[in-house]
Parts: sequence; C-alpha cells; structure tokens
Amino acid sequence: MKGSVPFGFAGLSALCALAVLAGCSDIPLLEPKGPIGAAELSIISVATVLMLIVVIPVTVMALWFALRYKASDPKGDYAPKWSHSRKIDLIVWLVPSVIVTALGILSWKETHRLDPFKPIDSAARQINIEVVSLDWKWLFIYPDLNIATVNQLVFPANVPVSFRITSDSVMTSFFIPQLGSQIYAMSGMQSRLHLLADKPGIYFGQNQQFSGRGYSDMNFNVSVTSPKQFDAWVQKARQSPDKLDRTRFNELSKPSIGFPVTSFSWVEDDLFDDIMNKYRSPMGEEQISFRPKTSAAGKH
Amino acid sequence: MTGEAVTISVMRTGEVEHTDTAARKAFGFWIYLMTDLVLFAALFATFAVMSRSYAGGPAGKDLFSLPDVFTETMFLLSSSATYGLAMLATYNGRKGLVLAGLAVTFVLGLGFISMEVSEFHAMILDGNGPWRSAFLSAVFTLVGTHGTHVIFGLIWMLVMMVQIFTKGLTAPVQSRLLCLSMFWHFLDIVWIGVFTVVYLMGSM
Amino acid sequence: MFGKLSLSAIPFGNTIAMSAVSGALVLALVILAMITYYGRWTYLWKEWLTSVDHKRIGVMYIILALVMLLRGFSDAILMRLQQAMAAGTSHGFLHSGHFDQIFSAHGSIMMIFMAMPFLVGLMNIAVPQQIGARDVAFPFMNALSFWLTAAAALLVMVSLGVGEFSQAGWFGYAPLTELQYSPGSGVDYWIWSFQIAGIGSLMTGINFIVTILKMRAPGMNLMRMPIFVWTTLFTNVLMIFAFPVLTVALALITFDRYLGMHFFTNTLGGNPMLYVNLFWIWGHPEVYILILPAFGVFSEVVATFSGKRLFSYRSLVYATGAITVLSFSVWLHHFFTMGAGADVNAVFGIATMLIAIPTGVKTFNWLFTMYRGRIRFTTPMYWTLGFLTTFAIGGMTGVLVSLPPADFVLHNSLFLVAHFHNVLIPGSLFGFFAGYVYWFPKVTGFPLNEMWGKRAFWCWMIGFYLAIMPLYVLGLMGMPRRMEHYANLAWQPYLVVAAIGTAVILLGIIFQITQLAVSIRQRHDTRDLTGDHWNGRTLEWATSSPPAIYNFAIIPIVHDIDAFEDMKEKGIAYTRPERYHDILIPRNTSKGFISGALAFVFGFSMVWYIWWLAILSAIGILFTVIARSMDDDVEYIIPAAEVERIEDERHRKFPSIASDSPA
Repeated sequence: MKGSVPFGFAGLSALCALAVLAGCSDIPLLEPKGPIGAAELSIISVATVLMLIVVIPVTVMALWFALRYKASDPKGDYAPKWSHSRKIDLIVWLVPSVIVTALGILSWKETHRLDPFKPIDSAARQINIEVVSLDWKWLFIYPDLNIATVNQLVFPANVPVSFRITSDSVMTSFFIPQLGSQIYAMSGMQSRLHLLADKPGIYFGQNQQFSGRGYSDMNFNVSVTSPKQFDAWVQKARQSPDKLDRTRFNELSKPSIGFPVTSFSWVEDDLFDDIMNKYRSPMGEEQISFRPKTSAAGKH
Repeated sequence: MTGEAVTISVMRTGEVEHTDTAARKAFGFWIYLMTDLVLFAALFATFAVMSRSYAGGPAGKDLFSLPDVFTETMFLLSSSATYGLAMLATYNGRKGLVLAGLAVTFVLGLGFISMEVSEFHAMILDGNGPWRSAFLSAVFTLVGTHGTHVIFGLIWMLVMMVQIFTKGLTAPVQSRLLCLSMFWHFLDIVWIGVFTVVYLMGSM
Repeated sequence: MFGKLSLSAIPFGNTIAMSAVSGALVLALVILAMITYYGRWTYLWKEWLTSVDHKRIGVMYIILALVMLLRGFSDAILMRLQQAMAAGTSHGFLHSGHFDQIFSAHGSIMMIFMAMPFLVGLMNIAVPQQIGARDVAFPFMNALSFWLTAAAALLVMVSLGVGEFSQAGWFGYAPLTELQYSPGSGVDYWIWSFQIAGIGSLMTGINFIVTILKMRAPGMNLMRMPIFVWTTLFTNVLMIFAFPVLTVALALITFDRYLGMHFFTNTLGGNPMLYVNLFWIWGHPEVYILILPAFGVFSEVVATFSGKRLFSYRSLVYATGAITVLSFSVWLHHFFTMGAGADVNAVFGIATMLIAIPTGVKTFNWLFTMYRGRIRFTTPMYWTLGFLTTFAIGGMTGVLVSLPPADFVLHNSLFLVAHFHNVLIPGSLFGFFAGYVYWFPKVTGFPLNEMWGKRAFWCWMIGFYLAIMPLYVLGLMGMPRRMEHYANLAWQPYLVVAAIGTAVILLGIIFQITQLAVSIRQRHDTRDLTGDHWNGRTLEWATSSPPAIYNFAIIPIVHDIDAFEDMKEKGIAYTRPERYHDILIPRNTSKGFISGALAFVFGFSMVWYIWWLAILSAIGILFTVIARSMDDDVEYIIPAAEVERIEDERHRKFPSIASDSPA
C-alpha cells in the first residue's frame, strides 16, 4: 500500500490529462471567432504557462520527497532539526513574486486594452445594438435601423458591434462565448460591450448570471452574416407585422420561458432610455454607478 | 529549570489565571466593540451610497430639525459624563452614589431615546417612513441601529442597578460596570459620527 | 395566529423532498428511541447538551459538520444526476424551482453549516490544548456559539419539509432576493439561518482571539505557538472583521423584505450593486476563514509525520498574516464583469494575484518539511499529500480567473465552479478530514482504522478528479453554472463523467462511515493509553487521551515551538509533579442550549411572520442571557486530591514503559 502512493497520484494526473485531451474538439473558448476572444485566450495561455513554472515543481517535489523520504524505505538523510535555509526561503519568496509581477504587468496592460467599455478600432463603421435583459429572454434593439428582435442577434462579420446593455428585471450577464467578454445587465444602468466577429457563422449567446426560474432557457441565437446577408435580413425584419411600442413592450416584459424568436419592424423612439430611466429617481438623482453614463444613445 | 521552580511558577500562573478573568472579559469586550464598529462602518458606507437617493422624496434638509437633534445629542453626551461619575464612585466603593449616577444616566439615555422615537414617529406620520426612498431607508437604519444599541444599554443598566442593589459592588459586578461603561462611551462616539454625517451634513 | 404558515407549506407533492424529510425524521426517531431505550437522556443532557467543555463542544461541532456534509453531499448527487440527464429535450427529474433550491442549499450548507462547524470544532478540540490552557476564555459563550450554529442548521433542515429553501443561490444576489422576485419563504430561511449562524461565528471569533492572546502557557510567546494556533488566530481575526459586514448585508435585505425599505430594490433609489459589494466584503475573507485552519492542520500533520521540525516557521507565520491582510482587499474580483473601470479591475486583479505569493511560499514550506524527513504514510498524511498535489491546480486556475480579461470569459461558468471546488475540497475539506483523523485518538482515546481511512481517501481523490476536472472543460466549452437543463448535447458526456466521480466520492463517504463503525468496534484492542498516539510534537499530545476535564493537571512550561517534542527529548514529558493543586473548572449550564432553542424558534417564526412567537422567543433569549449574567457561581473546584487520583490512574495505565518515554 505504501509504495503505491506516488504511483496512485501519477495515475490520477494522467487520468485527468486524458480527460482533457479527449475533449479537445468543439471547445468554444479555445476556438474564438473574434479578436476580443482571441486576445483573452492568449492571456489564459500565457498565464497558464507562467504558473506551470511553480505548479509542476510543486507536484513533482511532493511525489519525489514522499517517495524518497518514506520512513519504511528511506533513500535520503534524516535531519529532524533542520528547519531553516536562507537560500530556500529566498527562492520560494522570489520565484512566485517574479511570476506574479510578470502576471501583474500583463494584467494591468490587458485589462485596459480589453476593457469592454472601450470601442474597437476598425475601419468599418460600427453597428449599434441595444440589449434589454427581460425575464427570461433577450430583447435586441437596432436603434439606427429602427428594428428589434427577441432571442436572436444578427450582425455582419468584421464590423465592430457596440452594445448598450440594461435590464428590466434582475441582474443578468450577457455573454457570447465564441466572441469573448461578458458583462452584467442591471436595471437603471447602462453597461457597454464591444465585440467583433471575424467570420460568419452561427454562434450561441446566453445569460451567464442565474436569474430565477427561466434562467436555463434564457439563451439566444447569434447569426454572424456577410454584409449582403445582413441587409437581406434587415429587409426581412422590416416586413414583420409586429411593432414594438411601449404597450407591446410591457406585454413582452412579463415573465415567460422559451419565448420564440421574434422580429419587430418598428421600435418606438428612446425605448431603451425609457426602460433604463424607469429605475432612476424621478428627481434625476442618479444611482451611484461605477461609471459616468453616456447621456444619449447615439454618442458614436 | 528545577522541579521546584516549575511548581512555583505554575502556582503563580494559577493565581494570575484566577484574577485575570476581569482583564480577559475587558479585552473580549474591546474586541466586541471593534466588531460593532465594523458593523457601523458598513452602515455608514451604506448611508454614503444612499445619501442622495431621494427618489423624489425629501432630503435631509427638508426633514431634520437641528435644534432638536442638538438637544438629543446633549442628553447623550451628558449621560456619558454622569456614567463616568458613577464609575468613579464604583472605584471608591460608594454604592449609593453609583446607583444615583446610573439612575441619572438612565434618565438622560431615556430622554435621548424618547426624542429619537418621537422624531421617527413624526417623520412616519408625514409619509416619510423608511419605505419612502433608499435615502430614508438608510437614515432610519443607521440612526435606528444606534438607537437600538442605546435601548440595550438602558436594559443592561437596569440589570446592573438590580445587581448592585442585590449583590453590592462585588468584583464581577465591577467588571460588568466597566464593560457597560465602555459600551456607553462607544455609543457616544458612534453618535457623534451619526450626528455629523446624517444630521449636520444632511442639513447643509 | 400562525402567520403565513399553513399545511400547504409542506411540499406533499414533491416526492424527492418528502422522502428526504421522512428519511431524516425516521433517522431522528430511531436515534431518539435508542437514547430512550438505553436510558442515556440524563447522560446526554448533563454531559453534552449543557456542557461548556471545549472538547465536548468541539465534538458536537464536528458531529454537526458531518451530518450537514451528508446533507450537502446529497444535494451534490441530485445536481450531478440532473445535469447528467437533462440534455437536449430532456428536462431531467427535477423541475427548475427544486433544482434552484438544491444548488442554493448545497452552497449555503457546505460553506456555513459544514465547513464552518468543522473548522470551529477542530479549533475547539486542539487550540486550548495546544497552548496549554484549561478551556477557552469564555466557555459559556462558546456553548452559545455552538447552539446558535446548530439552531441555524436545524432551520435549514426544516426548510426541506416546511416551505422551501432559497432559490437565489448561496450568495443571494439582490434584487433576485427581493420580495418582488422571490416572494416565498425560501429566501427568509436563507437570511435567518445565515444571520443566526453568523452571530455564532462572530462570538467564536472574539472567544478564540482572547483565548490565544491571553491564555497561553508560560513560556509560549507568540513565536512559539504551533502553526495551527497561528492560523486559528488569523482566522478569528478574519471572522471578527468580516462577519459584521454579513450581518449588515443580511439585515438590509431583511429590512427590504420585511419592512418595505429600498436598499437593494430596483426602484426608489435602491442599489443592488451595494449588496454585491457588502456580501463579498464578507464573502471573500470567508474563503480564507475556511482555508487557513486547514493550512494549520496540514502544517501540524506534515511536521508530525515527517518526524521533523516545520520548515521555516517564521515564513509560514508571515505568509499567513499576509494572506489575512490581503484577503480584505480583493472582494471586487467576484464581479469584474459588473462594469467597473479598467483601473479598478486591474488593481483588484493584481491584489488577488498577490495572495498567490504567500500561498506558494506555504506550499514550499510543507514540501521542505518533508525533505530530509522520515515520512510515515498515515491517513492524515495521505490527505495532506492529496492536498499538495491537487491544490496547486486550483491555485493556478484561481490566478487565471483573477486576470480580469480571462474572467470576462470564465466568470460564472463551470470553470469557476471547478476552480473553487478545486481549492475548497483539497484545500479546506481534505485538511478537515486530516484533522479529524489526526485528533480523533486524542478526543476518544482510540484511533480511526487506517485501512478504511486510506480506502476512503482514494475514493475521494479519484472521485474528486473525475467530478471536478470535466467541469473545467465544460467551462471552456461555455457552459454556465446552475443550469437546470441545456440544449447543447456536446456537454453531456462530461457531465456524465462528473456524475460518476460523485458516485466514487459517495463510496468514499460510505468508507468513512465504515471506518468510524469499525474503529468503534475495535476500540478495546486499539486503545491508546499514552495520550500520544502519533508521536506528536505539540502540547495537545501531553494530555491523556481522552484528556481529563482540566486538560493539564499542571500547566506546562514551554521552551520551544515543538513544546512536547522538546519535553520528550529532555525526558520531562511524563515526570510526575511533586504535588497537585486545586483546579477551577467552569460549571455546565443549560442556558446555552436554551438560547439556541429559542433562537431556532425565533428564526422559524420570523420566516413565517408569526410575530407574537418571534417577540416571545426574543424576550426569552434576552432573559436567558440576563439570567446568565446575574449568575456569579459559574465555576467549581476540583480538589488537588481528586486531580492526583486521576493523574495516578493515568500513569498506572501507561503501557509497561519507563514513565518518561511511552512507546
């Protein structure tokens, strides 16, 4: 039994490595479809490699020392009083410190570069989309096109997308795993998110923050299209008989699970701002927010 | 160390252990006060976040009457002074004086609480209860938590008066009086914070 | 008369809940019947329920923790089964409301009602003995802390059969927990059970700080305290600073729900983000509250079973202190995705990473304690090795999620779930198991069976990897946490593996129960008469097993970090003193138990809006405490002659050895 200990641990590690390797296909976060996701993946990879500098020696030393110094069959010397070494102290404080410093610099730079509120530099004109989190569905308003959809998000590839996000209910999190960065949707407030998709495709989006009974079904389709397909889709949406005025919105905002994909050919002006302002004080005293709010929709 | 030396020092510790109980209690009570301070810090932070969330309701300057609050404050501050006198009498072993000091302190504390309750009562009658806005929720909670502490202090004071009456100024009773004194002065300090942040700054 | 409570609160329609309830009730009835049959009620009442002895209270804490572990783990099994089944069009066997209750209960129970009692139990058993004290500073308050914790745990258990538990997660984010979105009794159960247990923990914190700072044996200066005492001290410092903030967060949500205030509501100026901040200002230090005592156990275990001094003791102390301080400056990393600016996110991210440095240092100190030692592969050492090899992975993924840009894709995914299970199971739970096996012979006088212990360990270890590693992959596949069902069929195989892992862990738990039963049966053959079953190094091994009520007949004098090892080397470990002295012992009292019972009644009546009962029980608690404060006769004397009799009996029983060196 005693000798089997280190082998047991080695076997376990192998088991876990196998499990990971076995599933190397179809892992969205490892195959990002846009620059934001790609940058985040590269940070994860760099950080993992840096940390393995400590993690691998720890694991090896744990097994090696356990094997070498086991009381029943010791291979090394015995020094029961030995409990201090300036050299080792220095190394064990220094090496992690150096790694964390490196990671800290990386973190500072990348956190600023990948701030979700920051617009993406691109030659293409960005598309604005307003996102409203409802119980338990997503409303997407295209303010420049004056159309809206429920549970379906469509935009062209290689065009930066600028999201304004709020909630008409509890706190949720807006996330498209293939494209990167999620951000919370909160009532009375506006979060910003900027994403870009490299290539057309069908992706999935979801609420990442538990929000009650219908949470598991609070998903949406994401179609990233060619510019042509997008124009065609807009034309089609404009023919929808459904229009989104305030009355219709109030109906829509009632809790429901599994709401079907819907398009609205017309949206009442300033709907998004009205939804947000509903939760602000009538006197105009704004809630404390981490960020100053952009005053109007069309800043960009 | 020889066996004898061991025994002697152990006996000493044994004695120390015994007389140490009061010091231990006082130290424990200090730590408790620190936790209470953290609690109030969290409430002050909450108040700071809510300090402008009037939601169309009244602001501090529409609600508070500084002269009243000033009187209230004087009640509490002077009650701290009279408690101090009671403690002095405790150290001198003058039971009657201690009881008198505590009684005066109690009355002053009761005065403070009555004024606070009537202030709250008036606000609620005016439709400005804690449910009116986040700001008012924060006012009622911060001031009310302090008030609740004062009420507990008053109950404790009553218990102590009974104990002094029945047991006299025994060592345990003295140690409890000391803890209550720390508590009472602590509530003073917190009140000065409340007075400044809620009332003075709110009235500006 | 009964507030909102009516017969319809009992979920008769829910077969799973009802079978759990009836199972628990039958078990309780069997235990009660057995106690009655063997006529043990008086014993139970006099020796346990009213006890203020830190050792007894410690044992009761650990029993509570193990019972709650079974409950919390049952929830885990249900969740894993559900997620393994509910793929594509299948919705599994749990409806969403029930599933939401289960994951909320799992988190709440494992954090507050399993891990907390477990660590406080270990602290109670070990700390006074390790510092050479007779008890904690405030024995009655200690009992009160326990009974409040037990009352809160009972409240959670009752929610199974009367009403429901919260469906809003263990951290209960507002505004989901507001009356508007969660009108049922569940959130109220969650609030009151956390609040009552939190007050118990706060008192524990005060108690142990005073105990450690004021009651150490002569000669034990701070830098001679065993590492477990150090980690306990830091843990309790964390408790006294963190728990008041939880008290406030819960009180404010209570005011919102019960009095219609607007702290965290969407409307009238409320600010849900404030709740999130307050909660994690407590919640993050709480993680270190759970993990530091386990680090202390690992330190004791690794030194004892390597037969060697702990490597770089000072470094370990400073590292623990650094973790304590830093743990208050990182709470925002729980919500990088809330939209704070890049500056704020980066600062909190880097502060979080800094914690990796002292943690790494500690790991190396344990490794170098093994280096040049003579390692005995006992069960506690198995748990420690399991920790050392597994925890590093959790630490690594922890640093990953502390990078805000990485967290933007990993937040709230199963990757995060895998991360904190990877930290808390090996880091915290394995440590508690190690402590449980390590100090078991001290408490009972006989050791736990090694063979069954090792079997249990391997099941836990393999089961852990199978259950948790697939979750990392699922996180990378974009699966969010807390899904009651999902459409993506690619996720299912991993969830099936995770479910199998849970089954292996279940086997481990069954082996642990077997271990306990087997050990109790074999106790007459395995009894430890020396008091020093493991050849230990610290003072708790100087007392008899189980220790006499006063722990030490003569308070020892400390000259070294490894005080008992030092005494053994000098040959004075078992010297019979020339004479004994009278010893003052705190008297048992029923007031702790009564207060706990009243706190339960209070919590229950608040949940159901039974105001008259709530007021009555609150007044009851007040009067119990006042009555206690009036009581000056709280100690009694064990005369020197009685001490001498007990000690002589112990020395007589020593296995045939010279009095100085037990085998």
